[in-house]
Amino acid sequence: MIIGSQIYKRYPGGFEALKNISFEIAGGEMALVGGHSGAGKTTFLKLLSAIERPTSGSLVVNGQNLVALRPAALPFLRRNLGLVFQDQKLLFDRSALENVLLPLEIIGLAPREAQRRARAALDKVGLLAREKTNPIALSGGEQQRLAIARAVVNRPIILLADEPTANLDEESARQVLDLFIAFNQVRVTVIIATHAPQALFPPGMTARVLTLSHGALVP
Amino acid sequence: MKPWFRQHLAAFFRAARRLTDSPLSALLSILAIGIAMALPAAGYLCLDNLKALGANTSRVQQMSLFMNTGANEKARAAVERRLEALLPGQWRFVSRDAALRQMEANEGMAEIIATLPKNPLPDAFILEPDDAGPEDLERLRATLSAWPGVAHVQLDSAWIKRFDAFLRLGRLSVHLLTIIFAVGLIAVVFNTIRLQVLGQAEEIEVARLIGATDAFIRRPFCYLGVLQGALGGLTAALLLLAGTLALAPHVTRLAALYGSAFVLNGPSFPHGLALIGSGAALGWLGAQLSVRLIRDR
Repeated sequence: MIIGSQIYKRYPGGFEALKNISFEIAGGEMALVGGHSGAGKTTFLKLLSAIERPTSGSLVVNGQNLVALRPAALPFLRRNLGLVFQDQKLLFDRSALENVLLPLEIIGLAPREAQRRARAALDKVGLLAREKTNPIALSGGEQQRLAIARAVVNRPIILLADEPTANLDEESARQVLDLFIAFNQVRVTVIIATHAPQALFPPGMTARVLTLSHGALVP
Repeated sequence: MKPWFRQHLAAFFRAARRLTDSPLSALLSILAIGIAMALPAAGYLCLDNLKALGANTSRVQQMSLFMNTGANEKARAAVERRLEALLPGQWRFVSRDAALRQMEANEGMAEIIATLPKNPLPDAFILEPDDAGPEDLERLRATLSAWPGVAHVQLDSAWIKRFDAFLRLGRLSVHLLTIIFAVGLIAVVFNTIRLQVLGQAEEIEVARLIGATDAFIRRPFCYLGVLQGALGGLTAALLLLAGTLALAPHVTRLAALYGSAFVLNGPSFPHGLALIGSGAALGWLGAQLSVRLIRDR
C-alpha cells in the first residue's frame, strides 16, 4: 500500500514540481498517472522509488516512510520495487540474460537459482530465445520488455514504469502493456506514468487514473 | 555457500575480469606499481647485505689489551681468567717475548731492537669479540681498562662507527623513499580505479536503482585495487630476484678479490610475500580513497 499526504516537491532554484499531493494506492491496484508534459509525473514516480525525496509531507511505501528513510535502508526498499524507465537503462556491455541476472546478483542468490529465475523472467516477456543477445541488437519494444524482465525478476511488490510505451509502435506498446496487466493480475501493484492514459488501455479495461496538472492532482 | 561469501567471490572475479578486459593498461599499471615498489625494496635489500658484510667484518675486528710492563704472572693469570669468563674462546695471549720476536722478523727491525737495553713490549691479549656493535665494543673497552694490571685497551672502532652511521643514514633514506613511493603507488591505484569508476558510471547508476548497496558497488573496485597492488608486489619481487641473480656472481668475484666470502643475498620467500602483501594493502587503500567518489556522487 502507498499513502501520500500533502506532498510538496520543490527543486533547487524554487521550481515546485508537486504541490500538496495526497493519495492512496492499495496493494494489487493498477494506477495510471496522467498529465501533460511537465505536469510532475516523473517526479511523482521518482518520489515513489525514493530517487527523490519530498520537500515536505509524508510518503509511506510498503510501510516505510520515505521522508525519514535512512540512506542505508534505501537499497532494501528498492529491492521490493520494480523500476521500468522510459530509456530502459539497460547495460550494453553484457547480454540480455546478464542484464536480468544483475538484481539477483545484488541479493546474493545462488548462481543456479539466479539463472533459473532470470530465464523464467525472460521467458515471461518472450525473450528467452534471445538471452545471449546484446541489448543493443534488440528492437525498442524488445528492449522495453527486457527492462520489464529485469524489473520483475526480483518478484517486486510494486512495479513502477515511466512512459514505458512512449517510443514504441502500437504492437510493441500493446505487448508491453499486456505484460503489466499480467503482473497486476498476480497482485503486483502497477503504477504507470503516461501522458495519454486513455489511449494506453483498450476499451473495457479499467484502471485508476491519477491526473496531474502543473504539479497538482486534478480531482 | 553463504550469500556474502558468494558476493565477495563474484566481486573478485568481476575485478579480475576488468583487469583482463584491458590487458595492456592493466599490465602498464602493474609494472608502474612493481617498479615503484622495487626501488625502496632494493634499498632495503642493499642495507641488509651491507649489514651482513659489516657483521662479517666486525667479527675479525681486533681489540688489543696491553698489560702493565711490570705486571707479574699472577696479574696475567687473573686477566686470563676474567677474559675466559667474559669472552670464552675469543681471545689469545701474546707474550712480550713473542711480540718482540714478531717485531724482529720485520725487515730492518732486528738491528734497532738489538740496540735496546731490554724488551720494552708488554704482555698483550688479542680479543676478537663476536657480533658486537660499536657501542658494545666501546663498553667492553671501558670494562677491560678498569681491570687491575691492564695498562691500555686499544680499539680502532672509528670505521665501525662511520659504517654504522652510514647504515643509519641509508636506512632513513630508504624509509623516506618508501613513504614517497607508497604515496605514488596509492596515487597510481587511485587514478586507475577512478577511471574505472567513471567508466562504469552507468552500471553504478543502474545497480543503485535496482537495490545495490554501496558496499556491493564498491567491492569489485576494492578487489581491483588489491589485485593490482598484489601483482605489482609480485612484479617487484621478481625484478629484485632477477637483479640479484644478475649481480650476485660479479659481487662474489669482487669480494673474493678482497679475500672475502661475501655472497649477495636476494629477496627471500617471506620478503616476496611481504612485498605482495604490502602491495595489496596499499592497493586496497588507493581503491578505498577512489571509491569514495561513488559515495560522493
